[in-house]
Amino acid sequence: MRVDTSPGTGLRGARKAGRYALLVLLAFVVLFPIYATLMQALKSGPDAIDHPKSLLPINLTLDTLRAAWRIGDLGRLLLNSIVVAVAVTAGVIVTSLLAAYAFAFVDFPGRGATFVVFLATLLVPAELTIVVNQRTIDSLGWFNSYQGLIVPLLATTFGTFLVRQVFLTVPKDLREAAALDGVGHFRFLLEVAAPLSRPTLGALGLFTFLGTWNQYLWPSTIITDDDHRTIQIGLERLKTGDIDKLNLVTAGTVIAALPIFIMLIIFQRQLVRGLTAGAVKG
Amino acid sequence: MNRRVRELPVATAMLAPSALILGVFVVYPLVRAIQLGHLRCDATGKRCREGGWGQYIDVFRSNEFQHSLANTGRLALMTVPVGLALGIGLAVLADKQIRGIGFFRTVFSSTVATSVAVASLVWFVLLQPEVGVLPDLLHGLIPSLKQPGLLRDPGTALPAVALSSIWASLGFTFIVITAALQSIPRELYESALVDGAGGWMRFTNVTLPMLGPTILFTSVVLTTRAFQAYGEIALLTGGGPDPERPTQTVPYLIYGQNSLVKNDIGLKSSAAVLLFFVLLVLALVQFRGLDKRVHYAS
Amino acid sequence: MTYGGGVAQVRLEHITKIFGEGAAAVTAVDDVSIAIDDHDFMILLGPSGCGKSTLLRIVAGLESPTHGEVFIGDTKVNDVAPKMRDVAMVFQSYALYPHKTVQANIEFPLKARGEPKPDRSAKAKTAAESLGLGAFLDRKPGQLSGGQRQRVALARAIVRQPAVFCMDEPLSNLDAKLRGETRAELVDLHHRLEATILYVTHDQVEAMTMGTHVAVMNEGQLQQIGTPQQVYSRPETVFVARFIGTPPMNVMPAGVFERSDALVGVRPEHLRVGADGMAATVRVVEQLGHETLLICDADGARVVVRQDADAAVPSPGSAVHLDAAELHRHRFDPVTERRLDQ
Repeated sequence: MRVDTSPGTGLRGARKAGRYALLVLLAFVVLFPIYATLMQALKSGPDAIDHPKSLLPINLTLDTLRAAWRIGDLGRLLLNSIVVAVAVTAGVIVTSLLAAYAFAFVDFPGRGATFVVFLATLLVPAELTIVVNQRTIDSLGWFNSYQGLIVPLLATTFGTFLVRQVFLTVPKDLREAAALDGVGHFRFLLEVAAPLSRPTLGALGLFTFLGTWNQYLWPSTIITDDDHRTIQIGLERLKTGDIDKLNLVTAGTVIAALPIFIMLIIFQRQLVRGLTAGAVKG
Repeated sequence: MNRRVRELPVATAMLAPSALILGVFVVYPLVRAIQLGHLRCDATGKRCREGGWGQYIDVFRSNEFQHSLANTGRLALMTVPVGLALGIGLAVLADKQIRGIGFFRTVFSSTVATSVAVASLVWFVLLQPEVGVLPDLLHGLIPSLKQPGLLRDPGTALPAVALSSIWASLGFTFIVITAALQSIPRELYESALVDGAGGWMRFTNVTLPMLGPTILFTSVVLTTRAFQAYGEIALLTGGGPDPERPTQTVPYLIYGQNSLVKNDIGLKSSAAVLLFFVLLVLALVQFRGLDKRVHYAS
Repeated sequence: MTYGGGVAQVRLEHITKIFGEGAAAVTAVDDVSIAIDDHDFMILLGPSGCGKSTLLRIVAGLESPTHGEVFIGDTKVNDVAPKMRDVAMVFQSYALYPHKTVQANIEFPLKARGEPKPDRSAKAKTAAESLGLGAFLDRKPGQLSGGQRQRVALARAIVRQPAVFCMDEPLSNLDAKLRGETRAELVDLHHRLEATILYVTHDQVEAMTMGTHVAVMNEGQLQQIGTPQQVYSRPETVFVARFIGTPPMNVMPAGVFERSDALVGVRPEHLRVGADGMAATVRVVEQLGHETLLICDADGARVVVRQDADAAVPSPGSAVHLDAAELHRHRFDPVTERRLDQ
């Protein structure tokens, strides 16, 4: 009998404590930049000058946040970002639904080849298309406009791919039964396929909203005036070059990040679904 | 066959919106950029002269491009392995159903809520020696760090940018790896446990191999992000510090404030197309290289 | 490979396992005590959710009991980690590492114990060959059939020469024909290795044909332990009576079969159509070729009679009388459902 009774599980308690300790330490490390930013943002102007590096949660005030809102015209910036993000999200969902439906349920000649071409566009990075898109938008007169920010983003291959995946799981008999009942493609899409894919559409919507909200390169290329500036490219204008006023930057950052933080806490599951769409099954 | 052809109108109608947008804003730019890449143009983009297809090679070989490429490569080398290791480490650490683990998982995922602009500005302030705490902290740990501050010192500027980038991508990596961990059948671990494998052995023989495809995916995403680094450069260093400009990445070379190719759409296209190819090659290399060791469970 | 020396005995004493807390608490195992002798093939038999798998995992060390003690040999192992218990486990899903070859899979337990490569390799090959896997050593599990994968799981268990084998429904993912063949092979393996096996299944045919002892469980409680023959011919509870045997024993309400206050159980093969006895109506006749089943209705109770193929077959709808010898009547208390003549 080779039963070894040397301490196996006495260690269990110690190991658990060790794990918690490590978790706390790492959580602290990850949260530190956020905490520091928050503290700086809640510091009053004079405090920022006298105690620039202090991170103690004392003498907190909303004054700096208000100042940043005013000086940076953050309200307008946020509004612009919201308009663009909502429009693009709606657009992507619609175009993805349509295109995915065509690829999943409409048996047309050349479907396979067309899909491959579609997929191929995934490879083309924004850094390349922006060179020419900048000129295209200019020639359309869409510099400094909502259309310029929205239209190029209205269709994504990723969205089509994702929705097609879901559509492929709809049992074929469902479509065949509907066809026998005289249900055409558009009605089937609207009343069967789309409702069945709601969770994925939710994930796609969230993902697209986030991606559009976070856009930096494209807006910075076509927006030069203040009317249509989005929050991401507008924040840096709080960087006045004055070291004493850096807490304005942190305040602006907090205001810019808050909506997304809240959104993600609410929509956690959709986020995970969207992110892992390509990852887990390889 | 006839039946299929009858479906063409519907298919066309449904594909039209996507095809239009993608055609105008993805396909056309790709083709046009390749075309433009062999021209040299003036600021208005109207008067172009023929530079020959050799222009691509000239741009690629140019000091500026090589310099930026090297910087970008260095950035990737700093951010991808560390980012992966941290993401995997955190995910494995948080993969236990102990009390309160939800809180920790939320914390580790939190950076996914930051945009490039937000994350970069957060770190910008943190790294300013007058206002941020980090320079003092790091100076305390590594006394040899000079005082002008990490972002202003050509030796430490790129690592500082890398730090900000790793932090920003941590949430993404954590979420993706955690999801993959949860799809590993628990029985594989139990079997290994009963057979006598200790924690490290279970990690290297069960966890890592089963994570293979996900690690590949994450690696490609992180590498692509590094080679697309623009916002973080614009906000943290502006490509500097001068004159060495160690943080100038290829995208910043093309689109940055003081970009040399800003006004010549021919050269700009050239550089952009080259970047595209670099990204392509990188993705392919990673797929080939890691694919041998990646197992796709049946 | 034979095992010499040392008593590989497993004792479970008053094991209780409760999952969850408060209102959501589930008692998976309720005060079960089982003794398994050296070289025994003990079957834990019962329907899903009866606690048999939980009990098996407690022996392997994957769960700890809420109350009670586990002994392997003379050593109390409650606090001993699974890897120290010298127990090998075969999972229902086989738990093979998809990225490792068959050889690497089989070697793994030895690798975990730090054995050098040449030794591991040799032992793995021997184990593989003893199960007919010699030709598949370089394949990966994805390239094997279900039966082959099952054998790899077995080979991985035997390569360790453990004191005890724990098997969790290893045959349930195989098709019927393969199951039959593998049953015989497992019995043969048991003899060859002189191993102590703790085997979980819901299939009573497996229990009856493979085990030296059977422990029947239901809803966390131990119903009966005995040899397959004992459990068949002297069931101690109504549950055991109905669980063992195909078609199951007819357990008739009090007063229906005979004038008494007891529940009476009679196996289908022991009921005779005759001149007198319980009145019943034949509903369905199933002629299976080698035997005939009469599905009858006796005062609302469903009763099945099994008779030889060449016996007279009453037509459906006809009234019959069913009788059984005293020796074949099993009486149970209507309230406790326990056997009356203990």
